Amino acid sequence: MVHHDTMTGAEILLKALVDQGVDVIFGYPGGAVLPIYDELSKQNRIRHILVRHEQAAVHAAEGYARSTGKVGCVLVTSGPGATNAVTGLADAQCDSVPLVCLTGQVPTHLIGNDAFQEADITGITRPCTKHNYLVKDTNQLARTVHEAFHVARSGRPGPVLIDLPKDVVQNRGLYQPPSKTKSKYNPQVKGDLRAIEKAVDLIASAKRPVFYVGGGVINSGLAACQLLTQFVRMTGFPCTLTLMGLGAFPGSDPLFLGMLGMHGTVEANMAMHDCDVMINIGARFDDRVTGRLNAFSPNSKKIHIDIDPSSINKNVAVDLSIVGDCAHVIEDMIKVWKARQPKIDERALRAWWAKIEEWRGADSLRYPASDTIIKPQYAIQRLYDLTRSRNPYICTEVGQHQMWAAQHLRLDLPLHWLTSGGLGTMGYGLPAAMGVQTAHPDALVIDIAGESSIQMNIQEMATLVQHNLPVKIVILNNQYMGMVRQWQELIHGARYSESHMDHHPDFVKLAEAFGAVGLRAERPDQVDGVIAEMLAVNRPVIVEMRTDASENVFPMIMPGMAHNEMVLGQEDRSRDNPGSEQDGMVLV
Amino acid sequence: MTNAVQDSNRHTISVLVDNESGVLARVIGLFSGRGYNIESLTVAEVDARENLSRITIVTSGTRMIIEQIKNQLRRLVPVHKVHDLTIEGPHVSRELALIKVASTGEKRVEALRIADIFRARAIDSTNESFVFEVVGATEKVDAFVTLMQPLGLIDVSRTGVVAIARGPKAL
Ligand SMILES: Cc1cc2nc3c(=O)[nH]c(=O)nc-3n(C[C@H](O)[C@H](O)[C@H](O)COP(=O)(O)OP(=O)(O)OC[C@H]3O[C@@H](n4cnc5c(N)ncnc54)[C@H](O)[C@@H]3O)c2cc1C
Ligand SMILES: Cc1ncc(C[n+]2csc(CCOP(=O)(O)OP(=O)(O)O)c2C)c(N)n1
Ligand SMILES: [Mg+2]
Repeated sequence: MVHHDTMTGAEILLKALVDQGVDVIFGYPGGAVLPIYDELSKQNRIRHILVRHEQAAVHAAEGYARSTGKVGCVLVTSGPGATNAVTGLADAQCDSVPLVCLTGQVPTHLIGNDAFQEADITGITRPCTKHNYLVKDTNQLARTVHEAFHVARSGRPGPVLIDLPKDVVQNRGLYQPPSKTKSKYNPQVKGDLRAIEKAVDLIASAKRPVFYVGGGVINSGLAACQLLTQFVRMTGFPCTLTLMGLGAFPGSDPLFLGMLGMHGTVEANMAMHDCDVMINIGARFDDRVTGRLNAFSPNSKKIHIDIDPSSINKNVAVDLSIVGDCAHVIEDMIKVWKARQPKIDERALRAWWAKIEEWRGADSLRYPASDTIIKPQYAIQRLYDLTRSRNPYICTEVGQHQMWAAQHLRLDLPLHWLTSGGLGTMGYGLPAAMGVQTAHPDALVIDIAGESSIQMNIQEMATLVQHNLPVKIVILNNQYMGMVRQWQELIHGARYSESHMDHHPDFVKLAEAFGAVGLRAERPDQVDGVIAEMLAVNRPVIVEMRTDASENVFPMIMPGMAHNEMVLGQEDRSRDNPGSEQDGMVLV
Repeated sequence: MTNAVQDSNRHTISVLVDNESGVLARVIGLFSGRGYNIESLTVAEVDARENLSRITIVTSGTRMIIEQIKNQLRRLVPVHKVHDLTIEGPHVSRELALIKVASTGEKRVEALRIADIFRARAIDSTNESFVFEVVGATEKVDAFVTLMQPLGLIDVSRTGVVAIARGPKAL
């Protein structure tokens, strides 16, 4: 019997998504989710982007989320659809990206029966989601969806999965609006004021300070990035950003030291090593950043602002911690700073900046120029110069090209830099760019890729063409898994085991086969031309740049080394015997 | 101090969670996935109306690891309260064990005599066996088990530790 106020589970689901502000779903159909797809076809409030592989749906949702600050949404079927999504979920978990992933499931009475296309996806994804749900009752569906969005976006953001047995979306039940849904999950956003005051005192007393800022500020949103910029400029202190934090502070500001860490600049890493007060805002002391822990910034007092208490004192013991959302905390810090008008030690700071300028003088990102072969750094620099006026969104794959992009693009805008940092997922960039372009149809969206990474989700070219998403893919083709080759060269006696691919597709023809545009540059003097051509078309484009195969990313902190033990370049590398076995923790 | 070798200490942690499917798997998965120790873990519903269960975990680690464990537990969505009874003041803890001893003659008499000293009750007996119930701190149960070993001990079932803070305040 059909009650008037009841709806089918599929209807409830879509209504709940609309009420949560979802305007796009990235997905792929299958038996268990057919009732949902049926319902999708009857409405036009939510756009569906049909991907070619479920992993790409999740990365696309990540791109959507990270470039908008909203929660990304994914819909996939049970069994293989759900397991294909796992890499994307793990990626979002590592980089704190808010997602809701809806997976189909076999009907409740078949769960546990090894039914067709059954996978225990809540079991499989428990460690790689922020939280997950198996809905067993249609009446609980709306509540669960609302809570899932709340959990995904609150506190430290992350992916949340909802497993939906087929009968639950077919049965009828009652809808419940978001306003009637209370959750017990309410992480603390305001920081402790006493601690904030102490932090301000410590910051004001610094002689050699450095701001070490990470993805948490991006997670917190535009307001946090603006407040951060305001606060750093008020102090006049130097600021370095992690890979995930790039864009949180303007890359062209003279106070910016560049990225820190394994492939960070000399000035950033040396400032971290020699500072007396470190102000960590929304960064998690990742092992790619700290280098050898017992030599990490040995003489500093460390302040750590993070919304997740488990990030504090995890790898590095700090002197002063503030749990809270960084927008709120920085806002309070600015207030306290203004109220106290602290006298800072101008003389000491001048000396500190002089030291920093000395390190800057090393010009650690310089590379040998060439007029016969395209240096990858050159390609990226030209790309930056020729596109920066259009404020492009830049996505990357994983490898050397990612590091060169991080080093050489001096991004000024937050939420415009999308890269897989924590999991380091090759194949992230193209689908992420797809998601960004979906959210910002008129923007310039570029994926900086390696020829190996791009092949991990190359099938999504078809999605770009089908949905008119004019993403620009710039492949730096160095013929190698360059980052792997670099480690083999530097750490494994130049034995290039399986890091060279003897065969690659013809990327120009490949682009054309997908119905996109393919371009190629083989010499430095062709670089500007292909970039201009690429920008001139309003369609998806693959640009292949044939780059120097032997180039390595420097500076580099070798595994097990400290910030003041960077290897600066090819000539410099005999200095230490890197790769001490003790530090097997660091991976390529 | 980051890499300094620190003493590992045993802590008893009380965790109040929603009594829903999967919550135990989340807690146990956190310990196995992050390589933390579980020395003992008990769980049962404690508030039917609010649908809450209480998990008592005995674990060991350095100060930093114990802090991590507690913060990681607090991150789980169905976890509402995490209290470290070991550092939050005095608490009492108890464990119950059922211990089967199969022996005759002199050994059987000796088993009964020791059970008496430990205030263990015989809750089942046949001509050649006893099942003893012993309650107490973990060390007491350990001692009892050790003493029963040469006296025909063949089977042990222990609950693991349950604990609660002393004094008038609730968790
Ligand atoms: C090939 C390769 C090389 C790499 N090399 C480098 C390198 O040289 N340098 C480098 O920096 N990285 C590098 N990385 C990335 C590195 O692995 C980490 O992903 C990165 O350093 C982590 O950045 P983060 O510390 O900003 O933390 P994120 O992973 O961005 O974490 C954010 C932190 O902020 C907190 N947070 C979230 N929301 C809020 C909020 N609202 N308020 C306050 N806090 C919040 C979170 O709890 C978390 O602790 C590399 C990655 C790859 C794949
Ligand atoms: C899915 C996945 N598999 C393997 C790796 C290990 N890995 C890191 S970088 C890299 C090579 C990337 O090659 P390419 O895309 O050509 O980029 P390049 O380093 O040459 O710029 C590999 C294999 C990874 N990060 N992700
Ligand atoms: Mg390559």
